[in-house]
Amino acid sequence: MAEVKKAAAREGYGNALKKLGEEHSNVVVLDADLAGSTKTAVFGKAFPDRHFNCGIAEANMVCVAAGLASLGLVAYVSSFAMFAAGRAFEQIRNSVGYTHLNVKICASHGGITVGEDGASHQCCEDFALMRAIPGMVVLCPADSVEAEACVRAAYEHEGPVYVRFGRSATPVIHEEGYELTIGKGEVLADGTDVAIIATGIMVPEAVGAAKLLSEQGISARVINMCSIKPLDEELVLKAAKDCGKIVTVEEHSVIGGLGEAVCSLLCEHDPVPVKRIGINDEYGHSGPADALLEEYGLTAKHIAENTAAFVEK
Amino acid sequence: MTAAEKRQLAITACKVRMGVITSTHSAKAGHPGGSLSAAELFTYLYFKELNVDPANPKWENRDRFVLSKGHTAPGLYAALALRGFFPVEDLVTLRHIDSYLQGHPNMDTVPGVDMSTGSLGQGISTAAGMAKGGKLLGKDFRVYTLLGDGEIQEGQVWEALMFGAHYALDNLCVIIDNNNLQIDGKVSDVMSPYPIVDKLEAFGYHTIAVDGHSFEELEAAFDSARATKGKPTAIVMQTTKGKGVSYMENNAGWHGKAPNDEECRIALDELKAQLAELEAQ
Repeated sequence: MAEVKKAAAREGYGNALKKLGEEHSNVVVLDADLAGSTKTAVFGKAFPDRHFNCGIAEANMVCVAAGLASLGLVAYVSSFAMFAAGRAFEQIRNSVGYTHLNVKICASHGGITVGEDGASHQCCEDFALMRAIPGMVVLCPADSVEAEACVRAAYEHEGPVYVRFGRSATPVIHEEGYELTIGKGEVLADGTDVAIIATGIMVPEAVGAAKLLSEQGISARVINMCSIKPLDEELVLKAAKDCGKIVTVEEHSVIGGLGEAVCSLLCEHDPVPVKRIGINDEYGHSGPADALLEEYGLTAKHIAENTAAFVEK
Repeated sequence: MTAAEKRQLAITACKVRMGVITSTHSAKAGHPGGSLSAAELFTYLYFKELNVDPANPKWENRDRFVLSKGHTAPGLYAALALRGFFPVEDLVTLRHIDSYLQGHPNMDTVPGVDMSTGSLGQGISTAAGMAKGGKLLGKDFRVYTLLGDGEIQEGQVWEALMFGAHYALDNLCVIIDNNNLQIDGKVSDVMSPYPIVDKLEAFGYHTIAVDGHSFEELEAAFDSARATKGKPTAIVMQTTKGKGVSYMENNAGWHGKAPNDEECRIALDELKAQLAELEAQ
């Protein structure tokens, strides 16, 4: 079997920013002393006059971005998800959301695969926080190619966008040049017994789970839901109608994220059983990313086991 | 500044104060104390200092003003209305259910408001962003922001101050309204920010202490700010909270309370007397 190409979504972010900077002189990038980790340094090297390091001061950084955006600039703001969505929540809500300004909050190191840094840095609440802000778009790309697509889609979208990237290198499942439409999901595999709706680095795991399930005679549809908000409601409702059961998978708390967005939609339109797979209202801890995914049940094998049990129930 | 000019500014400041009283009275809510302490500042900015065009409030080369202490919107709104950004008659719709004059400044609804504010500590950061962006875009507009002395208890203010000095934003002017009162009492009792001037100097600001009710001192300070290159300027205004209305002066109770009918009448009588005296000069 050929070696699977792997890359971190944040790598895609850095490269995409640089390309965007070449195309558009109104792109500015802000970072909070993590430019090497978030990969905004790639942009900073190419356009030093348009890359502003704000120091370890995320609250100020978000509002500085709002000031820049008020002049017609498109400001990309980066830090770890914990400190962007978490620490600067109220700044995002009041100075970016309420003002409808063109600020794109691109957070790296979301979820438990931050790994060794431990629970203080493992943000599993960012979807919940950002979804709650009126008008905020929430994206979580499945791989580095989709990460690049998110950066471009965010630029084209008028208004605030939140994008979450993971830290680790994960399988690349999209062809170069893939384009994302905000509000649209992507069917990666068809199936009729159950639909697995996944986001971010859980998407390749869901694809793997579907393969394992097919060996057991279970036909699983796999949907990549990069656009958590707005959700592709049509695609979710169709999956519910066609398959009758839904599994959601996210590297995020089961509270407030993709799973709840899907449940809310289905409850109001077409209630079908839903199994939410994610972090179950608990903190993570230090350890290698792969070991943590094993422990928290976020691998293809675990997803397949959970899904099989859910389908057969 | 000529005597006639000074007299005219004082007349306008008195009208700003009347706008603060009538609008908060009509709203049955709002923040008169800190609006009154900054009445001369609002007046000086909109009638002397800022390069703005009421007919074209979004003019891209305009000077920007961010009211970081957003709760004193009644003072800002009165100055904007008197300057011609919207009808003075609309001031009494403040905080009403169908009004564009939101309780705290909203850039999307109020002509002349350059940034939506209200959550303390955020406005100065957005102003710093505007100043940084102005330099990047090669624009020569200036950016002004007004903070309360209680507001500077917010840690974000000091993050923003660092940013302004680090990037040598000499197009940024930070103004602090030091009336020494906040909701719970004297700022020195609640959580002392003193010595304010020393701290701003240590943060790398060209710092000027002024009497915030003196147009001559405000003029000298803003002239000095404009002439200062390589670092931002901070102007610390010594003021009286509630200035101009006898029973509101130096009374923390008038931070966020509207005058009732009788209180409104007394306040307006006092302000009318001050206005008549100025007009007789």
